[in-house]
Amino acid sequence: MTKEMICISCPMGCMLTVVQEADGEVRVTGNTCKRGETYGRQEMTCPMRVVTSLVRLEGGVRPVCSCKTRQPIPKAKIPQALEEIAAQLKRAPLRRGDVVIADVAGTGVDVIATSDIAAR
Amino acid sequence: MNRKADVVVIGGGPAGLAAALQADAAGASVLVLERDKEPGGILQQCIHNGFGLHYFGEELTGPEYAGRFIDRVKQTGIEILTDTMVLEFTADRRVLAVSAEHGLLEIEAGAIVLAMGCRERTRGALSIPGTRPAGVFTAGCAQRLTNMEGYMPGRQVVILGSGDIGLIMARRMTWEGAKVMAVCELMPYSSGLNRNIVQCLVDNDIPLKFNHTVVRIHGRERVEAVTISEVDVKTKRPIPGTEETIPCDTLLLSVGLLPENELSIAAGVEMDSVTSGAVVDEERQTSIPGVFACGNVLHVHDLVDNVSHEAELAGRSAAAFAKHPAPAARAHRVIAEGGVRYAVPQMLSDKAEGKIDLYFRVGDVYRGAALLVKSGERTLLRRKKPIMTPGEMEKVTVDVTGLTDDVHLSIETEG
Repeated sequence: MTKEMICISCPMGCMLTVVQEADGEVRVTGNTCKRGETYGRQEMTCPMRVVTSLVRLEGGVRPVCSCKTRQPIPKAKIPQALEEIAAQLKRAPLRRGDVVIADVAGTGVDVIATSDIAAR
Repeated sequence: MNRKADVVVIGGGPAGLAAALQADAAGASVLVLERDKEPGGILQQCIHNGFGLHYFGEELTGPEYAGRFIDRVKQTGIEILTDTMVLEFTADRRVLAVSAEHGLLEIEAGAIVLAMGCRERTRGALSIPGTRPAGVFTAGCAQRLTNMEGYMPGRQVVILGSGDIGLIMARRMTWEGAKVMAVCELMPYSSGLNRNIVQCLVDNDIPLKFNHTVVRIHGRERVEAVTISEVDVKTKRPIPGTEETIPCDTLLLSVGLLPENELSIAAGVEMDSVTSGAVVDEERQTSIPGVFACGNVLHVHDLVDNVSHEAELAGRSAAAFAKHPAPAARAHRVIAEGGVRYAVPQMLSDKAEGKIDLYFRVGDVYRGAALLVKSGERTLLRRKKPIMTPGEMEKVTVDVTGLTDDVHLSIETEG
């Protein structure tokens, strides 16, 4: 499999060509530094993202509270994570760091609140 | 009500909070005036992550970055008045403000820090032809509605401008269930970060159309479609025959930020026509003695980390001035030329010495060029850069001890 991608490790934005052979071996070309190779390899094998979203809130000074996955999760798990977050309804107050969902989308990663929302 | 404070900070966003903390640490009494209901500024609506890598050494979301500063402020004697709008300040450092709770406030300040931030360019600044339906938002306005007020601004979206807020909102709206049809960018490159182009657009299969603009908005009550067109790279005029009409109910504008300097201009602060911010010296002092500026009201930054650093400098300078009001004389200019669009600070005072950070932006994309900093015949610095782009603010550190001449920044391309 071959993928073209822009490296995001620095403003250079090198255009990478990443090839994964049938035996799993990954080759990165087009990079100008070591970071490009690491990035290309990761994006090819298991791209990871921190998901940031909103959880609905009852009784708060605002109707929503921002949240994020505490660590990056596999990109493929994003839709399921978003669905689980959207299904939540929490009660104010929420404080930064409070766990909103434990083990989101079976990733082993928690979703935590990122704002302090006081009760109304 | 009449009040006094050593340092009055106008604006309680990231710049204002960082300036207040440093002024407080230097022993000044500090009063922060914030027009919103809470401090934290625009960071409160920037719920995505990527803030703080330089300042905190970890990636935070906007509210977390703001929250850390707010927590620190709470441990000090700094007073923040929210819901308080500054109406004017004067050259003799009197600040007039108004709030529902306190009525009219007249504050005598030892020093003033301007930290009002910036606002978005709107449709009016672009003159897009067409009707005037609902559904045209600036990206930041849509961001606030979505992330703080809990409203969804639309379901089918076209975004004009590929600034970072537009890119971030493309992902945000997609993740909230909307369909983002396209992002149009007038220039042949994006002013947004690569990271945002990849993680917001590419990840979500949203097309980014360079050399494209919106030429017409359709719809009576609500946006029904927009017509986009390719533009000539040089003249930026639409190329006839390239029009494409995209059905949508929402148009987001991410077409630039403008420092919010009405107060500064009214007070007579000397302005830089390129940055639309004040002309400052290395202490971030404006042309009015005892009035300092920092953050996006001074020049629009890409990274809040840089705002915090700059604001800390302004806060320290303001506290020092409040203690010993000794105006610094302006000794040398810092001149941006030859590919460098602007530099901050624009001035060096007669007290400037040692190593000083110069922040600048280039006017075009340069690969393999060098930045040259000269003063008279003396070369202060020649730094080769693999790439410089208009979207990324650059910083260099130069030693300005014993300068006898103005400082010139320019780009040296290899011939």
